[in-house]
Amino acid sequence: MLSVTDVRKYFPIKEGLFIKKEVGRVHAVDGVSLEVRAGETLGIVGESGCGKSTLARCITGLHHVTAGRIEFDGKDIATLDPKAFRRDVQMIFQDPYGSLNPRRRVGSIIADPLKIHRIEGDTRKRVQELMALVGLNPEHYNRFPAEFSGGQRQRIGIARALALNPRLVVCDEPVSALDVSIQAQVINLLTDLQDQLGLTYVFIAHDLSVVRYVSDRVAVMYLGQVVELAVGEDLYKTPRHPYTNALLSAASVADPDLSAKRERIVLMGDVPSPINPPTGCRFHPRCPKARERCVAEMPLLIDSGNGHLTACHFPVQPGEHLTSEHPQIQQQSTEPQL
Amino acid sequence: MFRFVIRRVLFGVLVLWLVATTVFLLFFAGPADTVARRLAGPRAPQEVVNQIKDSLGLDRPLITQYFDFLGNLLHGDLGISFNSATPVSTLIGQSLPGTIWLVFGAAVLWMIGGIAGGVLSATRPRSVRDRVTTVLVLAGISMPTFVLGMLMIYLALSVFPWSGLRPGPYVSPLIDFKAFLQVMIMPWICLAVVQAAVYVRLTRGSMLDTLGEDYIRTARAKGASERRVTYKHGLRAALTPVITQFGVDIGTLLGGVVVTESVFGLQGLGQLMIRSVRDGDLPVIIGAAIVAAAFIVVANIVVDVAYSFLDPRVRLS
Amino acid sequence: MSLTEAQAEAEHLPEQPPGVPGKGPWRLAWERLRRDRAAMISLAVIAVIVLLALLAPVFAAITGHGPQDQFPSEGVTPEGLPVGPSATFWLGADGLGRDLLVRMLYGARISLFVGIVSTLLATVFGVIIGMVAGFYGGWVDTLLARVLDVVLSFPYLLVAIVLAAVYGAGLPLLIFVIAFFSFAAMARIVRGQTIAYREREFIEAARSLGAGKVRTMFVDVLPNLIAPVTVLASLLIPTSIVFEATLSYLGLGVDPRTPSWGAILYEATDYYRVAPGLLLFPALMLLITTLAFNLLGDGVRDALDPRADRR
Repeated sequence: MLSVTDVRKYFPIKEGLFIKKEVGRVHAVDGVSLEVRAGETLGIVGESGCGKSTLARCITGLHHVTAGRIEFDGKDIATLDPKAFRRDVQMIFQDPYGSLNPRRRVGSIIADPLKIHRIEGDTRKRVQELMALVGLNPEHYNRFPAEFSGGQRQRIGIARALALNPRLVVCDEPVSALDVSIQAQVINLLTDLQDQLGLTYVFIAHDLSVVRYVSDRVAVMYLGQVVELAVGEDLYKTPRHPYTNALLSAASVADPDLSAKRERIVLMGDVPSPINPPTGCRFHPRCPKARERCVAEMPLLIDSGNGHLTACHFPVQPGEHLTSEHPQIQQQSTEPQL
Repeated sequence: MFRFVIRRVLFGVLVLWLVATTVFLLFFAGPADTVARRLAGPRAPQEVVNQIKDSLGLDRPLITQYFDFLGNLLHGDLGISFNSATPVSTLIGQSLPGTIWLVFGAAVLWMIGGIAGGVLSATRPRSVRDRVTTVLVLAGISMPTFVLGMLMIYLALSVFPWSGLRPGPYVSPLIDFKAFLQVMIMPWICLAVVQAAVYVRLTRGSMLDTLGEDYIRTARAKGASERRVTYKHGLRAALTPVITQFGVDIGTLLGGVVVTESVFGLQGLGQLMIRSVRDGDLPVIIGAAIVAAAFIVVANIVVDVAYSFLDPRVRLS
Repeated sequence: MSLTEAQAEAEHLPEQPPGVPGKGPWRLAWERLRRDRAAMISLAVIAVIVLLALLAPVFAAITGHGPQDQFPSEGVTPEGLPVGPSATFWLGADGLGRDLLVRMLYGARISLFVGIVSTLLATVFGVIIGMVAGFYGGWVDTLLARVLDVVLSFPYLLVAIVLAAVYGAGLPLLIFVIAFFSFAAMARIVRGQTIAYREREFIEAARSLGAGKVRTMFVDVLPNLIAPVTVLASLLIPTSIVFEATLSYLGLGVDPRTPSWGAILYEATDYYRVAPGLLLFPALMLLITTLAFNLLGDGVRDALDPRADRR
């Protein structure tokens, strides 16, 4: 349904009083390829700053890509009629407080897409239907966002995204701003809606435990690149990339299913700057398995059978024991020290 | 740092050049006769108009006049007053001491009053003290300067004539110190009251912001006395915006304390401008306006450079 | 769980009969303003002043004194001094034997007219220009921001003096100068606010729905600007009134024969030692007017943003 081919998005950094000079680029998304199949949920996980939100905005057409191609139903989205494209692809935002205009009534917020796309018919009736669909009291269309709780606001955002009957919905960390007790409710609503309306989701999150419940397949991102992509169960049972292992071990603290099996792997250092990313494998400065080859050569995303893709020269084998120790390798002088 | 200063000065020069050019175009653009008539005023006889046209060379192409104008400016030559036939630079030089004495004398008063008032109300927000200050500030801001000045003169002359205070032209303190005080005290107070209102607001807001910062809480938690927290930690940080405003105000006021000078008849730069407008003495207006602009630009540069010493982040933006 | 639990969550709302619109931000602000005693008194005072200004011709008819009529015999004593308050001249007469009260009421018309018209002009242009610059950004915005900084660093009195010297003083010039400087202040605030809102997620949400830039600006940005714009506008009115009076006092404002408060006060200069009313009455009226507008402005600010401390 949606295919992303070697997409790159760089943000220029400008400096200067009158004439702005480009002094650098943030490599937010740096060569991502993946596919979203009709009816599935593709999860995308990664730490903040790994480029997952930028990728989401490229997919929904909010950012123009620097290079690469995004195709929807086989057609490049850059050439599609923007209005028609927006009807099919919608987005749910992270912040239920920031994504609703505080000065407008909920009814008019949800009706926005109908007004913008000049859809005929009884707008108020349609708005009330949508509110009921997402579990809001339809009588509350006259209220302001401030009168709703965080979970209810996220439902408003969902109703707005569904107003145009889209086929693909990109959910950008839809629950990470919510209380844990509310998260499950919103996630359940999203899965119910998927069954009811036959939606396809791209579901972005920064921790694996949330993605696990909703996703058919999961992509793990690190510094603008996909490092591992596999069917959910596969990824959780046999993670092959050291970074995925580290993420899972971090998630296991809150997840008793996992904690029994795994030792906590603590990554060394911080995520390097995307302005000047490391050479070779992006993960090598923090990787417990890094060797010289990882500094010199960028690993490609390779299928190790049944669609399990990994970008690593030395993937983790089943049963292998990873340590938190960081090997001393010859660092190249170009490596940014932050 | 050095680059920042250079950049700031160049921007200042650019602004001054724009001001000079704008003023030049406002007065000199148009057919020679129209310009001469504009400079002479609507009531002047035709001979005067012709004389002005000849003496200023208004027949020449505009661009030649413009470069002459800029060249003279660079030499400090601001032309000759129509009315008194004295060089404009002399008139401005004569009027400057009064303005400078007025501004700096009042500055002392308003800084003391403004900062004290701001601190007093910020240290006890929502107290009676704070509310009284707020009302006084609002009254000060609502009070037009000239009304305050007129009321002061009325009180001095009709109610307290024994005070000896009187409106009148500036007298040098070196010549007659008593007379100097008699004419300066009222303008000082008048200007200071109006300015102090702004400074109380500014200090109070800035103090409240600073006292809400984490490091102030840390200082309190460490057990520093309230007095020490307020004055050592709070006030010092809170004064930065106040100092900035002070620099800008000094520049603006030196460029013409028009109202205060006019009400009290102090005959400083501001009153010189007003009088020249009433008399249609355009060379004086042009000269005074450019001098005033220079004061403002210089003050802004000084403030920016001083500020960048205090807060290095400014240089980056 | 799902939908049933979701509905349970919806039920957590404070009970309100269905269909009743919630109290929006404007309703709440108005309710807060109504509890602010100083602001309500100011509002009443302003209403009285506006009424008096509207009724100026009625007062002229009752007293039989037009604003320009001179009464050299009744209004001036044989020694040439203006008469004090009396049954015919309620607040006394000025040096030319004109009725002070009638002139003050006509002066109120000028003051309110200048204050409101220039603020209105400044608001309309300031909001549009500031919003477009802030929303579109780019070099136009950079240039505009610089120009506004330079304009605002210059004292408006100085500019008014130079312009009066070139074009001659008068009401249109006065309104232009006041509106221009108010416009700069308004445009700067609106631009800053727009830039802050431009980065908010609900603007991005509008974009993801396919909304055009113009629609986004007016439907999504503008409603959020109303609060700061209202506050600034309510404080610009008294500033404009003071400015008009000051310029008229300096002889750079309205035609000196027009009864404006500034001009009345200027004419009082020669007489107020013998007739203090000529100074005190108009000064008091001017002060009450500006104070009322300033108090109301402060109240509006507090009502629209209850968290912000008074600055």
